[in-house]
Amino acid sequence: MAFLDIHHLEKSFGAMRVVKDFNLGIEKGEFVSFLGPSGCGKTTVLRMVAGFETPTSGAIRIDGQDVTATPANRRKIGMVFQAYALFPNLTVEQNIGFGLRVAGEGKAETGKRVAEMLELIGLPQLGSRYPFQLSGGQQQRVALARALAVRPQVLLLDEPLSALDAKIRISLREEIRRIQRDLGITTIFVTHDQEEALSMSDRVVVMHQGVADQVGTPFEIYNRPATRFVAQFVGTLNLLDADLMDAAAGHIRLGDVPVALNRTLPGRVGDRISLALRPETVALGRREHGNVVLAGHIAEVHFLGSVIRIRVTVAGQLVSLDTFNQPNRPPPAVGTPVEVSVSDRDLLVLAA
Amino acid sequence: MTGKRLWSWLAVVLGGLYFLLPLAGMVDFSLRMQRDGYSFGAYRIVLTDAQFQQTFGYSVGLALLTIVLGILIVVPTAYFVRLRFPGLRPIVEFITLLPLVIPPIVIVFGYIRIYNTSSVLPLTGSWWGTNILVLFGYAVLSLPYMYRSVDTGLRTIDIASLTEAAQSLGAGWARILAVVILPNVFVSVLSGAFLTFAIVIGEYVFAALLNVNSFGPYMVWMGGNRAYEPSALAVVAFAITWACMGLIQLFTRFSKFSTVRR
Ligand SMILES: Nc1ncnc2c1ncn2[C@@H]1O[C@H](COP(=O)(O)OP(=O)(O)OP(=O)(O)O)[C@@H](O)[C@H]1O
Ligand SMILES: [Mg+2]
Repeated sequence: MAFLDIHHLEKSFGAMRVVKDFNLGIEKGEFVSFLGPSGCGKTTVLRMVAGFETPTSGAIRIDGQDVTATPANRRKIGMVFQAYALFPNLTVEQNIGFGLRVAGEGKAETGKRVAEMLELIGLPQLGSRYPFQLSGGQQQRVALARALAVRPQVLLLDEPLSALDAKIRISLREEIRRIQRDLGITTIFVTHDQEEALSMSDRVVVMHQGVADQVGTPFEIYNRPATRFVAQFVGTLNLLDADLMDAAAGHIRLGDVPVALNRTLPGRVGDRISLALRPETVALGRREHGNVVLAGHIAEVHFLGSVIRIRVTVAGQLVSLDTFNQPNRPPPAVGTPVEVSVSDRDLLVLAA
Repeated sequence: MTGKRLWSWLAVVLGGLYFLLPLAGMVDFSLRMQRDGYSFGAYRIVLTDAQFQQTFGYSVGLALLTIVLGILIVVPTAYFVRLRFPGLRPIVEFITLLPLVIPPIVIVFGYIRIYNTSSVLPLTGSWWGTNILVLFGYAVLSLPYMYRSVDTGLRTIDIASLTEAAQSLGAGWARILAVVILPNVFVSVLSGAFLTFAIVIGEYVFAALLNVNSFGPYMVWMGGNRAYEPSALAVVAFAITWACMGLIQLFTRFSKFSTVRR
């Protein structure tokens, strides 16, 4: 059994089912992200693990022990909040030492541990400051240290970086990951930022309307999305309408253009299907790996710096593709007729 | 523009005179005990009067106990109402305002009816009982001020997150209230406490009808039997009240975390 085991978890507020049959096993030391749009129930699941909400049904087990009915203050769980929630009347040191004092640790032991934590978050000189004298990024580090000081079994972070600006967000997420690895602490990280989830996690849980749509490594989630929602929510995606011509042989038609996928497809002749492809799998011009070649013309060009995103009209539908900037080759002009190529393996078929 | 300014100033000056003239008259009168000019004679008599010292000391003690009781009642109530039963807030607020609507004399008669010597709980029959009754009555009188100021204080901190943070660190309710919530609303508690202090020091109706020797009845007795001393006493009482108000300002201004705005 996994270290943290969430078993058929359900939560309703009144008549509204907010979390539906949520199952997840997290191994010891694993870093798992909950990714999903606003209101999909990420926080609710996290709060049930923390003990702040009571599940309507289902069970939560930590290290083999059923904690479903255990009150929050006896669960040995560290929590980091979006709004930091540092105690304003206590200094940084007192904040970090709070949990140790509650646990009845001695002065010497507490002082030693607090110094250790301050070192870990890289703020050893700020111990005697009050929270309002710290920047947002520093406050969140202190909140992390406070949660970790008591050596919790599980660390929960609810959008800890959302209130920070972009630069700090990236440096702090790397730091959180480093600290998490160093301590080997089992962690759930809630975010609606896919880049955060993909870059930090061992595994990602993509949530949608209270359901875990897919659980997998960032690589799996991105390259093999299990549902249409996952495909659309994670990363940029081209979605093209197509008609199924021959399911067994893998023939479809994109508008008037026949395309051979060379694999057996689900469904029947005449079914409407969705073709999904990532912008980075589409190449401009004919390429040797691209055995599907489509003709069209340039509709839009967006210069993003290192990457140029180009939209090409193919069979009446827009396909986005990314190319790298090359200083000696300006991007093509709008209206230029072009060919795009893509490998049949990169064309995902989603049920429409 | 200048015309408008003139009128504003005039209004302020008039208002000021309205408050200050009687005060000035009272101070002047209290200093004229001796025929041949100003003296602090009346003050000397009042401040050295054993009765004054005894009743004033009693009232200060009572005021401090009222404040402690008020904090014990109001802080947890306001906290749980905000945290768990936000829907009840208007009702609780209304209840805490009742002491402003119901005259103290009605409350006292209620007490006397319920707790008289022939009742199930004859509190008025003993010294202890009477004092407890007065204490509880004063806590009721202080409710409107205590509740409002504590509730306002709670609004400036994110009590839900702070509570959950403390819970996840293992803290129980008593510790959360004492270590996390109370210190963060301390300035607000103080402002409620000083108002309570000022009320209790001068309270007359409860004290007179329950027959306790506090400062209020002493002032009234003084007023009925002496000429200059009551004015001196009134000035002293004013000074105490103003000192309380000043302390509120001071604490609010110089509180360590008053810069925290969440
Ligand atoms: N205490 C509550 N009472 C009623 N409904 C609630 C309560 N808490 C959450 N909800 C509802 O449950 C749903 C899921 O909320 P939740 O906070 O878990 O979403 P989330 O995925 O964390 O969203 P976000 O990214 O915006 O934080 C929402 O529709 C919300 O309105
Ligand atoms: Mg949330």
